[in-house]
Amino acid sequence: MSKTLLNIENLHAEIEDKQILKGLNLKVNAGEIHAIMGPNGAGKSTLASVLSGRDGYEMTEGKVDFDGTDLMELDPDERAKEGLFLAFQYPVEIPGVSNINFLRTALNEIREYRKEEPVSAKEFMTMVRERSQIVELDSKLASRSVNVGFSGGEKKRNEIFQMAMLEPKLAILDETDSGLDIDALRIVAAGVNKLKNENNAVVLITHYQRLLDYIKPDFVHVLADGKIIKTGGPELALELEEKGYDWLTK
Amino acid sequence: MNVQTDTKLQSFLSGFEGVRENAIQNEAWDALQYLDFPTTRDEYWKYTRISKIANAKLSSGKASNTILDLEKHLLSDQFVIIENGIFRADLSSFDLSKVNVKVESTDTLVQTTANMDELFQAMNTALAEQTLFISIPKKQVWETPVQVIYITTENQIMSNTRLVFESEDFAEGHVITTFINEGNSQSLSNHYTEVLVAENAHLKLDKIQVGNGWHVATENVWQDGNSTFKINTMTLKGDIVRNNLNIEVAGENCETFLNGAVITKENQLVDNHSFVNHLVSNCMSDENYKYVLDGKSTGVFNGRVVVQPDAQKINAYQQNGNVLLSDFAKINSKPELEIYADDVKCSHGSTTGQLDEDALFYLQARGISKDKARKILVSAFVGEVLQSLDNEKVLAYVNQVLFDEFGWTEM
Repeated sequence: MSKTLLNIENLHAEIEDKQILKGLNLKVNAGEIHAIMGPNGAGKSTLASVLSGRDGYEMTEGKVDFDGTDLMELDPDERAKEGLFLAFQYPVEIPGVSNINFLRTALNEIREYRKEEPVSAKEFMTMVRERSQIVELDSKLASRSVNVGFSGGEKKRNEIFQMAMLEPKLAILDETDSGLDIDALRIVAAGVNKLKNENNAVVLITHYQRLLDYIKPDFVHVLADGKIIKTGGPELALELEEKGYDWLTK
Repeated sequence: MNVQTDTKLQSFLSGFEGVRENAIQNEAWDALQYLDFPTTRDEYWKYTRISKIANAKLSSGKASNTILDLEKHLLSDQFVIIENGIFRADLSSFDLSKVNVKVESTDTLVQTTANMDELFQAMNTALAEQTLFISIPKKQVWETPVQVIYITTENQIMSNTRLVFESEDFAEGHVITTFINEGNSQSLSNHYTEVLVAENAHLKLDKIQVGNGWHVATENVWQDGNSTFKINTMTLKGDIVRNNLNIEVAGENCETFLNGAVITKENQLVDNHSFVNHLVSNCMSDENYKYVLDGKSTGVFNGRVVVQPDAQKINAYQQNGNVLLSDFAKINSKPELEIYADDVKCSHGSTTGQLDEDALFYLQARGISKDKARKILVSAFVGEVLQSLDNEKVLAYVNQVLFDEFGWTEM
């Protein structure tokens, strides 16, 4: 049996004293792709925020084990250093910080944490060249300020490019498909499929089934009112597409 | 009954001799008899309290004869060292066939644009022993910048340093002034600069303030037609720093650039007062100052731009951005635009905020520690102004100071 990367038990979380997650359980093993679907306001993005450690999102009960470490004890950067990656729903624009320098800093901080040698300039540039191709990201964009002047699709491709550079154990893609036209969606999905292997795992958070035509999940979970209320295979997504969520939440 | 009330200034000046051989210095000394230290009741000094300076017992400095290790501060092979207000010929090095630099006793002063109603200018004029002249002859283009290092090595002194940076028509040159203090922080460096930018001349002045203690610097700049003047003021250290930058744009088709970066911590107080006076038509001025304030420090930005009647077709831009890194840091930002002509384009903007929390989290989520992420964001914020230091050595020097003092790394 493959290794468990993420084990969420009875997770309760709140933001500004409002209870959003109410006893969520989820287990993700290496080599798996999980899709978390659900109606608006179910807590999908809250789950991504809690796991990545965003300020203001507080766990009130439960336990999250990430490949043997207690995830909730870690600062956001330490979670990333342990191998967690969040592809943002709304990637942030950072004027004055070059995409490349930022990534190199991130990569070297991660390497230092893992007691590995820093990446050489040459090695790094080779990585950039190869991995920007995975998502067909113009290498000119790589040297611009982080996300500044990027189109919506370019921002999302940049997220996957960063994922390719940082090689996480677990990637959470928060509504990465939202706002993408079909071409951009195909590129992003192909990128994710290329990066996927038996040692890592992907959690797709999405509102629509469309993305799952391109990235085949092993499991589909329905998140409603702060809990996972149903789990199935890819066929569940199709059923949800057809029937909506009402039949499950009634 | 005759009551003698000594002003603070008179008691402050008791340790200094002001009687000189020339009329200008006497006029300045006479002016000092009627002046006093400004208080926060004076509009020009509203946010800058200088009672610490006023109450200090300072004396005039003397140059030492010791060797000073200034290697790490050297940014050009043409340099002048001024220690405690006195020229150190033995430590300076410049090639008179390349640059025209000379030091003269202020006794021989025949003209000045110093305003004798302003305390620090009057004090400088009355008390400065020497004046450094950097003069670019007609049509000469100096490839190498001239650096002037002003260093304080004694405690409790006031040094009055005086620089004249002048050009003839079509001249081009670059001067770097660096202010250092190796004494304690109870010293005042009172610096005065006159800049004359002649017709078609292009002058640049980099002012790097990296000295502890008290520092007041005044620049009176005059621009003739078709000239360009650029000044970059980088304030990275200093307990109380006040810059008075006055630019008279007196000829048409001039361009004027004023950039400033202020990085503070602890209890520092840094005040930039700038004044651009557009006297004639068809000119452009562009001002951009950025402050990053930490600890309990205070920043003051007062940018005055005046467009005189009939000075049409003026483009004047002013921008002041501030980031407060702590709950106790403070900024007083005051743009003052006075426009008396009707066909002009002027803009100004002032922004103050904290670091962008979303950007901070984004960097952290990629594995960068919070501390480092903050440094990346602040250096990106001032980066735009640092880029105006187009001399690579100066930029590298500033980045090094930012690294040593604040742990910043360039992005």
